[in-house]
Amino acid sequence: MSDAVFTLSEAVKQQILSEVPRYPEARSALLMALHHIQAEIGHVPINVQRELAALLGIRPIEVREVVTFYPMYHEHPVGKRNIQVCVNIACALAGARSVVRGLEQKLGIRVGELTPDGAYSIEEVQCLGSCGTAVCVMVNNLPFIENVRPDRLDDLLRTVG
Amino acid sequence: MLERYLLPPDGADWRSLDAYRQTGGYEAAQRALQTLTSEAVIEEVKASGLRGRGGAGFGTGQKWSFMPKPGGPKPTFIACNGDESEPGTFKDRQILERNPHLLVEGLIITGHAIGARAAYVYLRGEYVTAFRTLVRAVEEARAASLLGPGHLGSQREFDVHVMRGAGAYICGEETGMIESAEGKKGQPRKRPPFPAVYGLWGCPTTVNNVETISQVPSIIRRGANWFKTIGTPTSTGNTLYGISGHVNRPGVYELPLGTPLREIIEVHAGGVRDGKRLKAIIPGGVSMPVLSAEQIDVRMDHESLKQAGTLLGTGGIVVMDETACMVRAAIVIARFFRHETCGQCTQCREGTAWLYKLLRRVEGGQGTMADLDTINEIGGYMEGQTICALSDAAAWAATGFLRRFRAEFEAHVTGGGCPLPESFEA
Ligand SMILES: Cc1cc2nc3c(=O)[nH]c(=O)nc-3n(C[C@H](O)[C@H](O)[C@H](O)COP(=O)(O)O)c2cc1C
Ligand code: SF4
Ligand code: FES
Repeated sequence: MSDAVFTLSEAVKQQILSEVPRYPEARSALLMALHHIQAEIGHVPINVQRELAALLGIRPIEVREVVTFYPMYHEHPVGKRNIQVCVNIACALAGARSVVRGLEQKLGIRVGELTPDGAYSIEEVQCLGSCGTAVCVMVNNLPFIENVRPDRLDDLLRTVG
Repeated sequence: MLERYLLPPDGADWRSLDAYRQTGGYEAAQRALQTLTSEAVIEEVKASGLRGRGGAGFGTGQKWSFMPKPGGPKPTFIACNGDESEPGTFKDRQILERNPHLLVEGLIITGHAIGARAAYVYLRGEYVTAFRTLVRAVEEARAASLLGPGHLGSQREFDVHVMRGAGAYICGEETGMIESAEGKKGQPRKRPPFPAVYGLWGCPTTVNNVETISQVPSIIRRGANWFKTIGTPTSTGNTLYGISGHVNRPGVYELPLGTPLREIIEVHAGGVRDGKRLKAIIPGGVSMPVLSAEQIDVRMDHESLKQAGTLLGTGGIVVMDETACMVRAAIVIARFFRHETCGQCTQCREGTAWLYKLLRRVEGGQGTMADLDTINEIGGYMEGQTICALSDAAAWAATGFLRRFRAEFEAHVTGGGCPLPESFEA
């Protein structure tokens, strides 16, 4: 699917406009706006960035520099289920490296890639703030999957769906 | 005597306004707004000795007193820091998910103290459950006129807005957070001017951590003198210690500042896992220099940890047992800083990349003794010369591991690789 088919839906536009009055400047709603867009589309295509810039009254580059600065935003498509594994210290101590390696084997892709059907992608991420329940995994924008065990990846994939 | 006032008792659900009120919730805010002047609130917080829980331990009352007197030409704001991205730290999340009204009440009292028009709570983007829980609490509070125009029967208007970051650690740095909240890249600002003069949208702003603000209702309700009976003379009150890594019961424990590290590890966290021997402890998030097992008798307060050559930081304790390779631990942390540098300062951008590269070389067995000295040399260039403290933290972490575990680093050089077969992988 080419990015050109994506556009700001009316529903997302309304969500974004409802954020704006919280701030003295419309631009401040940018991060929340990008979360709303990504929740619907899965990533933030360039042409949608342009539409958003017009909506908030800023230049397209001001949107793009934010999209590319923050790790949670994706300019290009990721898997329908983007599996983000924390590889920071507490998770590393609990076997995060084996979790990543095991997922790569089971899904047949490497970190940063997506499966040919677009169903899955794997990402290594930094500390998710769940160090007491390591290994911590986050799928898309959903609540954390905690206490992931490297020897129980089938359970993990069942939870991921 | 141990008494909690930040976290609910196990099994209790205090998330709804009704439940929170049944515990005496919002009485302190009501009393502050109706009977105390702004100055009186600031004085009480100063007298309590409360210090920031975001990492630097700055005096909270003192910080508030830097704000201009109410009635100035510009509105003033609270920027509440819930970015919580320092690895090993997962404590603010406990307040946000289990006791959100405590934070809202703290924000109301803080808003009164500094005359703020609104508070913006900046939560890290990954805290989805915390975000929903806090937004619900704010909506309940607004519906009950605890927020909004004329809130709590006052003449003032005060509101709370919750916003989400998007995965960048640097947005926890106070001016990085302000930039981000304005809808920009989270690149820290040069100071001066400080946020109390030029913060959110160029207006005077107080930046405080979620846990710091959540201490305030109890101080107002029970008084500075009560607060000072907890902890040590210069590190007062309870704090939330997060403990993770090789222990039997990892988690967040609310305990007084100054609690012995040994007690936290052996009693509360149930000791080192699988009967293994303790090797290393990071005391306050990975930015703080590591301690070796022999230092376990230190107390967890600002002064004691400083004497031990490290800092309290966020109180996020990471425990490593005898199997863990210290070079790999340093690699994981160096990789983190390399990933999170915002790139504005050359020393930080280049230094974080070089530290990671050199550590990888040592771990892979291709390192030389000269490389170990280079790590220290680069660390020296990175300290005290940059816009924010991320660069210092990256340097402290790497040089801290090298200083404390020099023999193990050297063994990687002389032995051509890792001498610890059972170690975790980086
Ligand atoms: C790189 C960096 C990251 C930081 N991350 C956080 C954070 O996630 N949360 C936080 O409260 N403070 C963080 N801080 C500290 C803040 O800059 C600031 O000191 C703190 O929010 C002030 O609140 P307090 O006085 O209540 O502690 C960070 C500092 C640096 C240099
Ligand atoms: S020290 Fe590093 S993170 Fe901080 S402003 Fe400079 S480059 Fe950015
Ligand atoms: S280290 Fe993985 S959640 Fe903190």
